[in-house]
Amino acid sequence: MPMRRFTNALASPQAVVLAAAILFALVIAAFNPGFLSLATLVDLLRNSLVTGIFALGVLIVLASGGIDVSFTAIGAFAMYATMSLVMGLDVPMPILGFFVLSALIGALLGLVNGVLIGGLGLPTLIVTLGTLSLFRGALLTFVGTTYITNVPRNVISFARTMILRLENAVGQLVSLPLSFVVLVLVTLFVAFLMNLTRFGRSIYAIGGSEEGARRIGIDVARVKVWIYVIAGTIAGLAGMTHMTLSRMANPFDLVGTELNVIAAVVLGGARITGGHGTVTGTLLGALVITLINTSLLSAGVPSYWQKVVVGILIVLGTGLPILIDRFAKHRERLARAAV
Amino acid sequence: MAEPVLSMSGIRKAYGSVRVLEEVGLRLEPGEVRCLAGENGSGKSTLIKILSGVVPADEGTVSIGGRTIAGDARAAIAAGLSVIYQDFSLFPNLTVAENIALLKSTAARERWHRARADRRLAEETLARMGVDIDPATLVELLPVASKQLVAIARALANDARVIVMDEPTTALTRSEVARLAGIVSALKAQGVAFLFVSHKTEEVFAFCDTITVLRDGRVVADGTAAEFDGARLGREMTGRAVETQRIERAPAPQAPPFLVARGLSRRGDYAGIDLDLRPGEVVSLVGLLGSGRTELALSLFGMVSPDEGRIEVDGRPVHFPSAIDAMAAGIAYVPEDRLTEGLFLDQPIADNINVATLSSGFLSRAALKRRAVEAVKRLRIKTPGVEPNVATLSGGNQQRVVLARWMERSPRLMILNGPTVGVDIGSKREIHEILLALSRAGTAVLVVTDDIGEALALSDRILVMVKGRVTGAFDAAEIEEDRLYAEVTKEARA
Repeated sequence: MPMRRFTNALASPQAVVLAAAILFALVIAAFNPGFLSLATLVDLLRNSLVTGIFALGVLIVLASGGIDVSFTAIGAFAMYATMSLVMGLDVPMPILGFFVLSALIGALLGLVNGVLIGGLGLPTLIVTLGTLSLFRGALLTFVGTTYITNVPRNVISFARTMILRLENAVGQLVSLPLSFVVLVLVTLFVAFLMNLTRFGRSIYAIGGSEEGARRIGIDVARVKVWIYVIAGTIAGLAGMTHMTLSRMANPFDLVGTELNVIAAVVLGGARITGGHGTVTGTLLGALVITLINTSLLSAGVPSYWQKVVVGILIVLGTGLPILIDRFAKHRERLARAAV
Repeated sequence: MAEPVLSMSGIRKAYGSVRVLEEVGLRLEPGEVRCLAGENGSGKSTLIKILSGVVPADEGTVSIGGRTIAGDARAAIAAGLSVIYQDFSLFPNLTVAENIALLKSTAARERWHRARADRRLAEETLARMGVDIDPATLVELLPVASKQLVAIARALANDARVIVMDEPTTALTRSEVARLAGIVSALKAQGVAFLFVSHKTEEVFAFCDTITVLRDGRVVADGTAAEFDGARLGREMTGRAVETQRIERAPAPQAPPFLVARGLSRRGDYAGIDLDLRPGEVVSLVGLLGSGRTELALSLFGMVSPDEGRIEVDGRPVHFPSAIDAMAAGIAYVPEDRLTEGLFLDQPIADNINVATLSSGFLSRAALKRRAVEAVKRLRIKTPGVEPNVATLSGGNQQRVVLARWMERSPRLMILNGPTVGVDIGSKREIHEILLALSRAGTAVLVVTDDIGEALALSDRILVMVKGRVTGAFDAAEIEEDRLYAEVTKEARA
């Protein structure tokens, strides 16, 4: 039955989002024939780098049944603190060092979340709302408020190194920077962690039933501390990636994009209630969110419309599967009656 | 005597000044099925928590498979103990295979997740139990009985030698209970010992070799099942003789019906239902889970709309688009699952009693409290006051709070779905007496239940529901228990 297959296909959030994205791309392509090209895809990848890295950290938190809104503040703090530290000490530092230092600072800030949430058992939304404000405030008060534009030469040269360069239909140059490797590595790490380790299964288990996890001997507090440390580390990497893309350290950046990232993860199939979510879905969600944000902009649609479209997509992507499920149950009931 | 696989001795436990357990001892040999019987509040749950290492004992020793467990849940699991909780504690978002394997891999502190090995372990374990469940299914999609089997498989996969089951048959139908009994006896032959925690007398005798009765934190009886009968078990659990027979009553008055239903049908749930509910009469609607009994009850309360048929109240046709309309007509409904549908657990007793009667815009705290205090006294709810949260009460007392709430409305028809599920024997009897008194004061009472003993003890008239149809109507004073049982469990006639 083709109808049945169609509704089944729409019964997962990823499918709805993918279908919407394809439809969306086709509409744009109708106005702008050059849109459907490899160049567009490369541009999309570049634009979704930071969202994608952040999203993978958020995925881990959502899978465990928690929520994190502090990760952008962690990213900004880690990135800016790393830069002012290195510039202040004025010692040569290999490019890898910038990422490692930023990741370590991110891990430390994540540990604060982890101790409050895992160690003291406080609610995740409240804690991360608090630390969002705390980390941002601490950054601006104690670390600095000025833009750092004279970034070290090796950072600039890293930022200029491209994996891929292409010309798009109208002759503009699009390129994929070397920092794409960060996304690839984080993706591999998170996929490995979530799918191939018992730790990853414990995260999903806690998201499914925290009490159940405790009863089978999972050390829930310890797992939670690690979740936020890892999410913080990933946020630190995302912050540094953002810095290399913009080639300057702006302490006011990133904060404010939390909901965009959380929306990407939810569109990718993770549930706010925990226990669900995949790496592929999350990356797909990040691409779709970026596609909407950038292509609408390039099509000359006012940026407020992006919010409208993203909002509709969230309601549709999470609501449609629920409605389809309800409809399927209703039909099942009628089918039982017919027997 | 064989070497015990589980032994507890001299267990004492107090919370503050409240002594919960006093000198409790228990032993279990391989292949033994023991029942731990006791009313709510007898100390059963605390004993299980100590046994499983979740809570340490103040004094006494617990040893499992020769190893001493002292307040360490992991050690208890590693020593071969598995507790299957009433809610099964499974992970709905994970597959059957993952659920089965996770306990073992956590206990063994494995580092890696091997999907294929998990699947193999699940297949082997389910095969050992003779159960056919697809290991790749998500647990949330399984029916309740299969979830329970997965929980047992999870315990076995971890080489459990003692399986503790808390109220294992609460959610099961007769045939599922029979299947569980088959699996338990097969595992018993393999040397697995079971501790059944229960207060349902029928299942105690159906499953168990030996019985330990706990009352007020002490072991008051211990022996083989053959030394007990229903009456003795009830007596030991409650400390007094419990009537299991029908409550004596004057015959129900033949008043004109309050509510009449004719030809009520809803596709997939029930068909061609005729009902007459009279003031002063208790009617039981007896049927198994899935017989359509709950849907029918909900239809009378406006929560589920029938496709066909009519309902009359006081001889006038009515239509209830919502529960509010049914309430306005004088109907009250006490749901099946009081914990999730019927009570605000973390709210005070007084608020829970008053919540259905709040209609005017202004509240008088003093008047509300007075009303709650009176209700508590009238229904003999055991509590120090009306301020504590409902969660602090035992099951029987929680159920009385629900009854009190609806009785405050002085309903003309009270529908109760499973009024004594999870309530111990002593309280059950008292709840039945409360309902009978309510009916004789002029309320029509409809009890929806699958507890045949309850229907016989409480009702004037019994309607049997099988596969969506009322297949029999009986005078409760005349029908025999065996006959009624046969009627309820028989398949629908084509």
